[in-house]
Amino acid sequence: MTATSVLAAEHLDRLFQALARREYTCVGPTVRDGAIVYDRIEGAADLPRGFTDTQAPGEYRLERRDDDACFAYVVGPHSWKKYLFPPERRLWRLRRSDGSIERVDADEPPPRYAFIGVRACEIAALLIQDRVFTGGPHSDTYYGRAREDAFVVAVSCTESAPTCFCSSMGTGPAVTGDCDLALTELVGEQHVFLVEAHSPAGRELVDELDLQPAATEQEHAARAAVGAAAQQERALDPEGLPELMGKSLESPRWDEIAERCLACANCTLVCPTCFCSDVEDISDLTGEHAERWRRWDSCFNPGFSYLHGGDVRRATAAKYRQWLTHKLGTWVEQFDTSGCVGCGRCITWCPVGIDITAEVPKLAKGEAS
Amino acid sequence: MAVGTERAAASADDVWVPRPWVVRSATREIGDTVTLEIEPRDASAARPVAPGQFMMLYIFGVGEVPISVSGTGPTSGLLHTVRDVGAVTHALCNLGVGDVLGARGPFGSAWPIDEHKGCDVVIAAGGIGLAPLRPVVRHVLERRGEYDDVVVLYGSRQPDQLLYTPEFERWRAAGIQVEVTVDHADQTWDGHIGVVPTLVRHARFQVDEAAAFLCGPEVMMRFMAQELVDRGVVPERIHLSLERNMKCAVGMCGRCQLGPEFLCLDGPVFPWTRVERLMAVPEL
Repeated sequence: MTATSVLAAEHLDRLFQALARREYTCVGPTVRDGAIVYDRIEGAADLPRGFTDTQAPGEYRLERRDDDACFAYVVGPHSWKKYLFPPERRLWRLRRSDGSIERVDADEPPPRYAFIGVRACEIAALLIQDRVFTGGPHSDTYYGRAREDAFVVAVSCTESAPTCFCSSMGTGPAVTGDCDLALTELVGEQHVFLVEAHSPAGRELVDELDLQPAATEQEHAARAAVGAAAQQERALDPEGLPELMGKSLESPRWDEIAERCLACANCTLVCPTCFCSDVEDISDLTGEHAERWRRWDSCFNPGFSYLHGGDVRRATAAKYRQWLTHKLGTWVEQFDTSGCVGCGRCITWCPVGIDITAEVPKLAKGEAS
Repeated sequence: MAVGTERAAASADDVWVPRPWVVRSATREIGDTVTLEIEPRDASAARPVAPGQFMMLYIFGVGEVPISVSGTGPTSGLLHTVRDVGAVTHALCNLGVGDVLGARGPFGSAWPIDEHKGCDVVIAAGGIGLAPLRPVVRHVLERRGEYDDVVVLYGSRQPDQLLYTPEFERWRAAGIQVEVTVDHADQTWDGHIGVVPTLVRHARFQVDEAAAFLCGPEVMMRFMAQELVDRGVVPERIHLSLERNMKCAVGMCGRCQLGPEFLCLDGPVFPWTRVERLMAVPEL
């Protein structure tokens, strides 16, 4: 049984200080460009205190709250994958010498990150990307190192957006483990964080903070708040999705979706589990050096499936089918888990508001008729 | 956080880094196609290679492409037969003896030749697709007694695009039936005319004892596999080699997917039964 302790909101910086003493680079939510994004943060003052987000298909707005809540938003356009699987990263640098080639750079160790404010659905996404990058016959060592070193401060959601469907996917909103610390924020008469340690490193840090145990009423209040967030408008029944996707490969629904889909790739970029990438080789003017950079790519982008003279998937319908059938279907065969965690980002950030929780039932209906 | 993976002892991104290999010979097969024999500059970079597998070949400052192994050279080198169709393959086709290129691999699945000892063997290829199958022909040649009737069915668009024709007599001398066709004949051609699947009717083999290995354009492989199945070949004994865009070759870039399959890890060689339905879906 994990003991729950209480950290007063005015003492939240003690957590940042303890992480700094351990030489972690803190990254977490902060307000920038009208959105809550993940970036370097130094302390509690950098958090989106007093802000919340309103989300709907194709819509995202920040709003002021009438309290000082730090984590009373849901999820923004960023996800933690940008730290473990950076949007662009140099894989190597080679030099041509004596008619041969040799590597001239060393593998740079990733920063030791402390992730602040990781939601339950995002923990699920981390576990999925662990399988993608470190669970196969070959391993992405940068990802593995960054992940192994990362200190995860999770936050249970006490609010849901209309685009959230983690309850139905079984990934949230309560944090139940797979992190170092789990916080639940309570605002009201007292603004406090209930703190649970879920790892030895987390326990050690909690001990150092010298916190009081939580009162029973506080624990009840936290459970009630997280329970309220579990009541969500949207749902996706994960049962039978791989079979449905497999049966739907030639459904006319893909053409229907393609009439709306702009193939803009937003859904894949905001998705916390999408992992496709491209590489680009760069040389300098001397011709003596060459580098390879890996960059995020998307199954919606032109050239993604290029093969002798043209793309295998030319139609937007084929590209959308690849995205959705992979995410909800073939992902399970490949990694023994769905690729979807129900975070709703693809719904919010789709410029035309395509909603996978609405499209899947249409595919199922098409299958039945 | 522990993520259940051991920290690799070797240099972090080894799988991504091309190693220097040296060109031992470069032979122009036909107008736009060259066979390179390459060896690792540092013998420790050599790995065992099975027929059907591919390497990622890299030209400094130009780029990298997946190329199937088309045989082993007279010494310890690996053969790659490359058609000049893009920037990297153009540079590969212009390498000379002693030049250095980069290579990673080998990657991917192999032709299950040993699993079909005692069978009749049908090898069907279109165009450059004969390159990944040549190691199968050579494997059978070296162990001729272990296989029954062996047939090579091969076609290209025109007579001057046929690969490895100087070897055909040696194959025939070992009792291998070699049938060749072209889509468009010229005045020099007195052989078959038509697509590769039309050669099946000339092939002498026992359908119920045959294993088939196919490589070529997807449409050719689909019709070939169907033709063989229609004639009674056991679908599970038909194998084919597929191709998709590929950047990493280690199952991470996501580009080479065909349905649930990562061609770089699960393929490129698949049993027909595993990909038949996927190959029938346009633009999958």
